[in-house]
Amino acid sequence: MADKIRVATTSLAGCFGCHMSFLDIDERMLQLAESVEFDRSPITDIEHCTNCDIGLIEGGVCNSENVHVLREFRKNCKILVAVGACAVNGGLPAMRNHIDLEDCLKEAYIDGIGVENAQIPSDPELPLLLNQVHPIHEIVKIDYFLPGCPPSADVFWKFLTDLLAGREPELPYELVHYD
Amino acid sequence: MSKTITIDGKKIPFSEGQTIMEAATEAGVYIPHLCHNPDYEPHGSCKLCTVSVNGRNCTACTFPAMDGQEVISESRELEHDRQRITQMLFVEGNHFCPGCEKTGNCQLQAVAYHLNMLDNHFPHFFADREVDASHPDILIDHNRCIFCTLCVRASREKDGKNVFAISGRGINKHLIVNSASGKLGDSDIDVNDCAAHICPTGAILIKRQGYRIPIGQRIYDHKEINEVALEQEREGHGG
Repeated sequence: MADKIRVATTSLAGCFGCHMSFLDIDERMLQLAESVEFDRSPITDIEHCTNCDIGLIEGGVCNSENVHVLREFRKNCKILVAVGACAVNGGLPAMRNHIDLEDCLKEAYIDGIGVENAQIPSDPELPLLLNQVHPIHEIVKIDYFLPGCPPSADVFWKFLTDLLAGREPELPYELVHYD
Repeated sequence: MSKTITIDGKKIPFSEGQTIMEAATEAGVYIPHLCHNPDYEPHGSCKLCTVSVNGRNCTACTFPAMDGQEVISESRELEHDRQRITQMLFVEGNHFCPGCEKTGNCQLQAVAYHLNMLDNHFPHFFADREVDASHPDILIDHNRCIFCTLCVRASREKDGKNVFAISGRGINKHLIVNSASGKLGDSDIDVNDCAAHICPTGAILIKRQGYRIPIGQRIYDHKEINEVALEQEREGHGG
């Protein structure tokens, strides 16, 4: 039997909504599992991505760890896919790009309503925030883009089944949404 | 015998004084556009309707139709250019469709869908732009303005008010409001003015009605902009 296609997934500055939408392919997941094996993903809890055929990236880049993970995926995945509005254009997290980072942190951790023990987190293990949230194509080369907030389960299905069948993936009009 | 042009090999009649866009629309041929609206003087600014006329590129909304012209609109090169132009519009402003109440009814988004634009290609500007909510009934979100000048033209040509103008050049270009404070609330625009309803994006919105039609049931959720534009514009109303 031929080796299975290895797929890795991760969420950077995203809400995991794209992963939830992926799971909405429902029982088709069993059909997918016949030809696909998951590497790093929330399903497997593997910490680092290894050699893979397809990497699905949800979320934009908002901190130093996001940059690191994204580069690791690019290094290890033959095909890298930007999944969802945040990965494609920064999405709603990028709406903070017009607010000074210090003001942003103060609002969240010092001045916010109901904040107790007000302090800006400064543990050295926390990844450093970037001044702005960026779409992932600004950091590494991306091979395919699946827009949507989130892309529907049918988008994931159409894209993956096209790719697995050796066809150039194509999304019909009704599957392309930016919202 | 009537005069004709050909668009992508198809013979199309036109009457004297018509632009290529007008002749095409009347014949049911869609040429992508954003700043063009048949109810207003053509502006030729968005460049989406760029076509090749006898081997030279020009904007179909401003170029007069002339007998025997050979127009190419659907070549691979022009479609690629149109996608790049649309991508530039997206990265120059701040177009976050999931957070915009115009989503599904937005012509910029619909043109992008039509062009099968799946990404923005260029690095984003994330330009600092303001929101003007000073008017009781109308909102301007400058983040979404694409400088099509339809509000400028509508205010001048239909409302007779000159509420809007474009100021500055290049990256400093911005929409300005004709009032002492520069705020919309201090201008004489009214919620019933054409200028308040003509915006092809979510830059000028009427307050308190954004979600009356749920997302997923809006115009371009089900119909491509070429169908919608031809339906509306052939009747002489730009919607």
